[in-house]
Amino acid sequence: MLKDVIFAGFGGQGVMVAGQILSKAAMEKGYYTTWLPSYGPEQRGGTANCTVMISDEPIASPLTHEPTYCVIFNNPSFQKFEPMARKGGIFIYNTSMITEKPKRDDLTYIGIAATELAEEMGSVKATNMILLGALTYFLQDVVSLDDVIAAMREKLGKKKPELADLNEQALRKGFELAKEQAK
Amino acid sequence: MGEKVFMKGNEALGEAAVRSGCRLFFGYPITPASELAEYMAYRLPQVGGVFIQAESEVAASNMIYGAGAAGKYAMTASSSPGISLMQEAISYMAGAEVPAVIINLIRGGPGLGDIQPAQSDYFQAVKGGGHGDYRNLVYAPSTLQEAVDIMPLLFQNAFKYRMLAMMVVDGLVGQMMEAVEFKYDIDPDSIPVPDWALSGKKMHGGTKNVNTSLELDPNKLAAHNFKLFEKYQKVYENERMFEAFELEESDIDVMIVAYGTAARIIKTAVKNLRAKGYKVGLFRPITLWPFPDKELKEYAQKTEHVLTVEMSMGQLIEDVKLSIFDPNKKYHLMPYPGGIVPTPKEVEDKVIEILKGGAK
Amino acid sequence: MGNLQVVYEVPKIYTGPNHYCPGCFHGIIHRVIAEILQEEGWDDISIGIAPVGCAVLAYDYIDIDWFEAPHGRACANATGIKWAWPDRLVFTYQGDGDAASIGFAETSYAAIRGVNITTIMVNNAVYGMTGGQMAPTTLVGMKTTTSPYGRDPKYAGYPLKMAEHIAQFEGTALSVRVSAFDPQHVLDMKKWIRKAFQYQMEGKGYTFIEVVSTCPTNWRMDPVKAAEFVKNEMIKVYPLGVYKDVGDEKKEG
Repeated sequence: MLKDVIFAGFGGQGVMVAGQILSKAAMEKGYYTTWLPSYGPEQRGGTANCTVMISDEPIASPLTHEPTYCVIFNNPSFQKFEPMARKGGIFIYNTSMITEKPKRDDLTYIGIAATELAEEMGSVKATNMILLGALTYFLQDVVSLDDVIAAMREKLGKKKPELADLNEQALRKGFELAKEQAK
Repeated sequence: MGEKVFMKGNEALGEAAVRSGCRLFFGYPITPASELAEYMAYRLPQVGGVFIQAESEVAASNMIYGAGAAGKYAMTASSSPGISLMQEAISYMAGAEVPAVIINLIRGGPGLGDIQPAQSDYFQAVKGGGHGDYRNLVYAPSTLQEAVDIMPLLFQNAFKYRMLAMMVVDGLVGQMMEAVEFKYDIDPDSIPVPDWALSGKKMHGGTKNVNTSLELDPNKLAAHNFKLFEKYQKVYENERMFEAFELEESDIDVMIVAYGTAARIIKTAVKNLRAKGYKVGLFRPITLWPFPDKELKEYAQKTEHVLTVEMSMGQLIEDVKLSIFDPNKKYHLMPYPGGIVPTPKEVEDKVIEILKGGAK
Repeated sequence: MGNLQVVYEVPKIYTGPNHYCPGCFHGIIHRVIAEILQEEGWDDISIGIAPVGCAVLAYDYIDIDWFEAPHGRACANATGIKWAWPDRLVFTYQGDGDAASIGFAETSYAAIRGVNITTIMVNNAVYGMTGGQMAPTTLVGMKTTTSPYGRDPKYAGYPLKMAEHIAQFEGTALSVRVSAFDPQHVLDMKKWIRKAFQYQMEGKGYTFIEVVSTCPTNWRMDPVKAAEFVKNEMIKVYPLGVYKDVGDEKKEG
């Protein structure tokens, strides 16, 4: 078993931390996992992505060039990763930020207006958690929603306890929306 | 101790050094090695250690040179351009037989290059880099866990042989987060101060110690060089490390040689090729100096094709050819310069191409 | 012989003979350091850092632990040694080319960081060991092998005043310029080097002693003329005195 996931968007959108939470949740479940950022000289505003691998055996390559799961936060990342996504893969994207339309018929697309929803819930900062919640729906054979919530609380709960409850709501919301769309 | 923690590579390397008994870190910021200095700046004061941000890599490397001569575990970390600046101290430390540990997260070059993972400083690490006849111990782990596991060995062997131990990894190891387990926690007070250390005469029986790389008499300097090379011979005999991955059969279609990040990625290619029925294996040097040449030669008897995959333009392959030293083998090279990381697919395609007879 | 007293003895830890040219101050400065270390009982806990320069073999002349540094890096090496053994007495012994040119950053940063070490910088206005080339401290108009027409500020700028430079840093506890051209000045030099070591042992910060010295060989002078040149010419450009003293000693001139 090997799950390969790409999270991609602008720096500052919570792309990196979403990947770290998933990876941490997988580690707590006893899986082998890696989190690898693409890094550049810019600290904020540039494009950023990270790759998360989850497996029941040691992970050889921490890189994927044909991701099965894509969580996409902006147009440039949509353009970059849609052609790379593995046939039959899951392609989750934030329709609040992305004007691109799906072009392939061999992917499962989950479009969520995550930024708007997060604003309605109280803070745009929860956008990444809505998308991570949606992804979690498709990864239940490795991590449950509760596992991801626990990892989020451990990762973010100490520094920003006030955001933890909102983030939990966001994860649950994303999970429900993915469940509805996947039907 | 013993539990798994999810950590960034650079931080885990720092923690590994602390748990190896290192309490002195002298550094200078450079991408992609800066988090290691940042971690040490945060961690060392908690355990009674000292972190100093030097004014340059030249100074940082000369600080570990001083601290090593004083008989204490000391470390610095940098990336390619910074390591170039450290070559002065590295050469002097070899001459003066001063132990220390340097972590080199190699990035694409030459010059300022880029900040992506690379192996293009192989020659610099294993063939010298600085002036004079000398060797450094060079370790090239391919995963973070392996890097953490061998960290105490770097300090211990540096002091055992009185020479520099360098770990070459890259930004992929430094920036990646992975679960790591620390299986050791060495008390620095349990590490004996060597009798050659500069610590004040009263620490070593009232006779002065002098640490120098200067010897103006050519006959004496020649004798010193012979002595160094006797030591290096001992290191060669005792310290070669490698991994043979999927090389059990007596006949192998293609043997791939790679180290570090490239080797880690190639394991995926080997698995995929094996699933398709190809008898492919990986020979992975863990020490780049001393190079596991005898072992490589032995494994090469099993195959006609030796494919070297390196994130550089044909540096590792020189040692591969010298080790096997057989003109009847077919040597193939996949060079990845500039900070490009191989993909399993590319390596798989290359192996299939070789076996179809299409590749030279 | 019964009424003869020993009024002076060469310190036991001062070992020679040395290789210095007649009229060079290195021998005097070494002896004074040896006297202080022996008198204070610090020779057992001292680590000296020898430079690249004429004093490269200093480790043969004083019986303490020594480290031989790469050119200019003495203060960086000393920083590593001091943090390895914070309660030892650690000093660098350097020339002006070593400490003020190639090692300008390392020397300055020892002061900026307030590293608890002492530097004794011997300023004789030339690179002695390599054969009399221009140093950062060469006087304007002074002929050297790389300023054969005299130091020309148009190309080479002006003499570097290290004691003043080092005095500006908050990490500096003591910055003094002394000389050794007559017995009175040798005694004065000894007083300030002792004070620098004392400050170090008290943890006060970086201490810096610049000794205005000679190079009879490369100046093409006999020892007496060279000492006179220091007295009459060098100290016009490099005034003796206390440029910083956290102990608030009165400035001497």
